[in-house]
Amino acid sequence: MRHFLDFEKPIAELEGKIEELRRTTDAGGIDVAEEVGRLRDKAHKLLQATYAKLTPWQKAQVARHPERPHASDYIAGLIEGFVPLAGDRAFADDAAVLGGMGRFHGRAVMVLGTERGDDTESRVKHNFGMARPEGYRKARRLMELAGRFGLPILSFVDTAGAFPGIDAEARGQAEAIARSIEAGLDAPVPFIATIIGEGGSGGAIALAAADRVLMLEHAIYSVISPEGCASILWRDAAQASVAAEALRLTGEDLKRLAIIDAVIAEPLGGAHRDAPAIIASVGVRIEEVLEPLAALDGATLRARRREKFLEMGRVGAL
Amino acid sequence: MNWISEWALPKIKTLFGAPREVPENLWHKCEACEQMIFHRDLERALHVCTHCGHHMRIGAARRLEYTFDAGFSRIELPRVPTDPLRFRDQRRYADRLREAQAKSAMDDAIAVAHGTIEGHRAVVAAFEFAFMAGSMGAGVGEGIVTAARLAVLQDAPLIVFTASGGARMQEGAVSLMQMPRTVIATRLVKEAGLPFIVVMCDPTTGGVTASFAMLGDIQIAEPGALIGFAGARVIEQTVREKLPEGFQRAEYLLEHGILDLVVARGAMRETLGRIIGLLRVPLVVPPEPEPVVEPLIALPPPEPAATS
Repeated sequence: MRHFLDFEKPIAELEGKIEELRRTTDAGGIDVAEEVGRLRDKAHKLLQATYAKLTPWQKAQVARHPERPHASDYIAGLIEGFVPLAGDRAFADDAAVLGGMGRFHGRAVMVLGTERGDDTESRVKHNFGMARPEGYRKARRLMELAGRFGLPILSFVDTAGAFPGIDAEARGQAEAIARSIEAGLDAPVPFIATIIGEGGSGGAIALAAADRVLMLEHAIYSVISPEGCASILWRDAAQASVAAEALRLTGEDLKRLAIIDAVIAEPLGGAHRDAPAIIASVGVRIEEVLEPLAALDGATLRARRREKFLEMGRVGAL
Repeated sequence: MNWISEWALPKIKTLFGAPREVPENLWHKCEACEQMIFHRDLERALHVCTHCGHHMRIGAARRLEYTFDAGFSRIELPRVPTDPLRFRDQRRYADRLREAQAKSAMDDAIAVAHGTIEGHRAVVAAFEFAFMAGSMGAGVGEGIVTAARLAVLQDAPLIVFTASGGARMQEGAVSLMQMPRTVIATRLVKEAGLPFIVVMCDPTTGGVTASFAMLGDIQIAEPGALIGFAGARVIEQTVREKLPEGFQRAEYLLEHGILDLVVARGAMRETLGRIIGLLRVPLVVPPEPEPVVEPLIALPPPEPAATS
């Protein structure tokens, strides 16, 4: 059973009806192929119309759709011979951050990703994609490793943010994030970050201080969640849709603000409706931006990356 | 002013529960111990409660005054794009910003100055918490970058006094990008061989803590300062646990290995001076070592090849 979002109710009804009719046909009833075709057409048009004008808040819901492909799906689909690497060498391995090496289009790369998990058990294991300090320290370690051996870094970001917990604070959550940002900025290798779902604040930028930042069409990237912003500035979490609008957290807006580099179109109805298709197009886009970066030396990459981030917030930049 | 107004009168007023409007500007109530402190005593004590030692929040101007030797100069910060998102909640961000500017006579929540500390040249950036909770947007980011550049230019250490609620959400992802941006600033200072010192003041949280503010060569905090990444309320709601006593206070961070020192305001200038002095001692070039003639381990002579 597909999970439908609130604003997809009319689509859900149509698709339910189609399914029902198909079942009657299969059971040897009257042939309703024509009717099914007509309804399919209608559902398709409705889906098109709905997704053509998603509000930022609706995009936030699509970005968090439980069936949306996660970091592990992109790694499985794009990386050959993946060797997972674990641990921060000090305290623990944090399963909220995936890391490892493998080949992308034949090239050896380092891969990082925040992983939410896709059923109750794996969600708990991955802490719903909210990393603790160990996760960011692992990321930093692997970025430094990538730098030493000349492996480009690919990251897949999908997190509500860093985990807000007592243990996380006690072990230096802020320092771990800061060092991870620093490691990304310092890496003498190409670094490409893709925001595949939710790019939540410090927990996202920890893995996205990159040369190029790509964003999926219905992904969001923000300094604070719409709900969090609404509860602070409107003193009412129910104003999340208004806050989502104000925060300019969609790929389109962030491209205009020169915060990200490109928006990757999603299959009609969102990435979860055709995971293989979106994973393939993400692969194509990464290869497109990686190719020219791979020709640059470490010092040039680092200098340009710095210049890019230093520009963000200068007069004339926005 | 005489002993009656300075001492007897407030005591009498406290005794009789007189209305508080008169003491408002002359007498200050400590928010920690609720005792009254005469404004001159408070100023003399650098806004540290003379009864309980509570370090009150102070603005950037006072901070610079307390930190430098006499005669420092503030620099003007480059203009930044204001309101990149044209953000509005119940009010327009542009209006909030203008109001904060009018109230504080500052362009944004940070002041940068250069001068000497105990005779050592230094650049200091100080947050103004009263300016939109010291939140970091493009203006504050620019302040940190400018301070770093100035430090490099003057071959002087950079000291940042933080007091911030975190990123300025009214600037959305632009404020988030100030995290990598200020991290780059710390690199500029460090790569020039200069010390970068952070003094965390009450409160320092969110995106400020999780970027440049945790990357000091030396991490100092004022006593009792609230320092953390996530807000206490968010943590409590997430873990549904009571937060431990003293959680996210300077002393807690010191105990957990996140800070080097907790330093009282009255000792701050002296401490900073001492640290700078130690880190800025000119390098002593070691004498050329004698060339080693004998190998440390004598290798056995090669064995003659075996013949059959």
